[in-house]
Amino acid sequence: MSAEVEPAIRARGLTRRFGELVAVDHVDLSVPPQRVYGFLGPNGSGKSTTIRMLCGLLTPSEGEIEVLGLRVPAQAEELRRHIGYMTQKFSLFEDLTVRENLEFMAAVQSVPRERTRARIDTLVEQYHFEDRQKQLAGTMSGGQKQRLALAAAVIHEPQLLFLDEPTSAVDPESRRDFWEKLFELTDAGTTLLVSTHYMDEAERCHRLAILDRGRLVGDGTPAQMTAALEGRSFVVISERPRRVQHALSALPGVLSAAQIGASLRVLADAADVESEAAADSLRARLEDAVHKVDPKARFAPAEPNLEDVFVAATHDGRAQREAAA
Amino acid sequence: MNMRRLWAIVLKELRQMRRDRITLAMILGIPIFQLILFGYAINLNLRGLDAGIVDQAHTSASRALVMDMLATGVIKATARADTPEQLMTLLRKGRISVGIVIPRDYERRRAEGRAVAQILVDGSDTAVQSAARQLAQVPITDDTLPDLRAPPTSTPREGRIRVVAFYNPERRSAVNIVPGLIGVILTMTMVLFTAIAIVRERERGNMELLIATPLTRSELMVGKVLPYVIIGLVQTCLILALGVWLFAVPVRGWLVDVFVAAILLIVANLALGLLISTKAKSQFQATQMMIFVFLPSILLSGFMFPFAGMPKVAQWIAEVLPLTHFLRLIRGVMLRGAGLWELWPDVLALVGFTAVMMTVAIAQFRKRLD
Repeated sequence: MSAEVEPAIRARGLTRRFGELVAVDHVDLSVPPQRVYGFLGPNGSGKSTTIRMLCGLLTPSEGEIEVLGLRVPAQAEELRRHIGYMTQKFSLFEDLTVRENLEFMAAVQSVPRERTRARIDTLVEQYHFEDRQKQLAGTMSGGQKQRLALAAAVIHEPQLLFLDEPTSAVDPESRRDFWEKLFELTDAGTTLLVSTHYMDEAERCHRLAILDRGRLVGDGTPAQMTAALEGRSFVVISERPRRVQHALSALPGVLSAAQIGASLRVLADAADVESEAAADSLRARLEDAVHKVDPKARFAPAEPNLEDVFVAATHDGRAQREAAA
Repeated sequence: MNMRRLWAIVLKELRQMRRDRITLAMILGIPIFQLILFGYAINLNLRGLDAGIVDQAHTSASRALVMDMLATGVIKATARADTPEQLMTLLRKGRISVGIVIPRDYERRRAEGRAVAQILVDGSDTAVQSAARQLAQVPITDDTLPDLRAPPTSTPREGRIRVVAFYNPERRSAVNIVPGLIGVILTMTMVLFTAIAIVRERERGNMELLIATPLTRSELMVGKVLPYVIIGLVQTCLILALGVWLFAVPVRGWLVDVFVAAILLIVANLALGLLISTKAKSQFQATQMMIFVFLPSILLSGFMFPFAGMPKVAQWIAEVLPLTHFLRLIRGVMLRGAGLWELWPDVLALVGFTAVMMTVAIAQFRKRLD
């Protein structure tokens, strides 16, 4: 679908060092336009640093960036007129009211004076601030603040919107509403780049990049990525999950065995499912190990999910690096 | 520079200031407190010291000398004594702070150019001591023959004191202090406000948002400074009004010149504060840096101690401080009735200081996080 379309963001060999630490390590990216592109990764994996480099706030140590056809950081000033940026921490003014904050951002983003009032009225309505226009931003809840930050970030109708962990301080209900807003924006033609460490949020993205310790370890649509893990996921339901977990973790070929309530989710190594024979022997070995600990346990293959993708990607990435080193 | 964006910053600053009670309290509180403190409590020139006088000469000239001394208002005669020994006793008991002895041979000493009188002073208080020293200069300058007091004491310092005394005959320190106080208060508050201005936004995380917008560096800097120019002028008005009302401080020059001088100092301090703001990592650090500027300003500018009496090195440092130049301007305008154009070197110094500081501040500020 996106082969012929010019990507909104293109980065090659993007690297950023802070002294000895390599925060972002030779990342290649291609973000298609008018989609929600997700950055999935644990804290400290380089998501924020990458976003900051992409919008010209940090100078890359190495690599090339082109955003909306502009070279960054050289043309960052020009780029700033076309992008919106929602910081991880609430960065509007807590001692200004909702409306004052929006007025400020409208002026700073050069929304034409005659359109400003109408634009703010629209946003106030869309983002449900009708009763709170005169409330100080600092006195609002986490979810309300995020909504306001989003409204402010899109006040000049940017082509491209960066959101750095936008929902980390928000309850699940508000998160759902928030994502509704994000999809409305893509419908209107905006490209979104969202970083997150929530799997359920990652699943909503059209396309996903998985970052681990500054490295890009996975890239694709959620469906592609889970499909690639076919045959590697299993579920064990047992009365004694912790003992089963212990037994499985020690087994060669098991990447992870994570307890989820009374069940265990098991992810196998890629090498062990390369051929049908290998896959069968793996199954047999796992089943054996499980029944040795708990004869009554149920063992079954499972549909791979993004959690598995994430575990597999970060593990494979590390294994590769260790092999190289 | 885009005027709309500039105004957006100014408006935002004013709105934030309105909701910041502590800053508001500082804007009005500091001038009032300082003025009352310096005007009443920290009275550098003491007045009405209790004194005992022994005039053993009893001539018309000696009596005139005593009258002159009393007329300064520095002392008032509160105790009677006939001999220097009695004065010493009174002094020791703390009944008087100053004793004046005029010897029997006053006329002959005057003719021969020897010391004509003795002032006994309670030296335990240095302020009293210096008051007595000032007192010692009164009769001789006004009263005696010119050849009597040429060599040992005619330092430039005395020349200055005599000039000040001319415009401030009662030696009231408020007259001298209030104009200077405008400068001190503006230095303190203006540098502090702007020193914090940018650091605060960085600490609160607002800066990351601002630098990701098309806002330019100069818009941000100038927009942050402008509201404080208004605040500074409000403070100037307040100090002037209180100074005139409470201490009858004269404004001998043009009022316009007073405000122009004030604006020159305000922008100089704001520019300096901005520079601090771009360098400091936290509000606390900014406050610390501000003290590095504030202390020398108070001590070396000529506000506390006369400029001419300071060592050369101190004078060089003082020449770099905006307050030094402002003091020359404001004392000239308010006390001597001079016009600003007559004091152009100091006007130029302030303008130059502002230009340099502002340029460096803008150049130092990066729309980057690295």
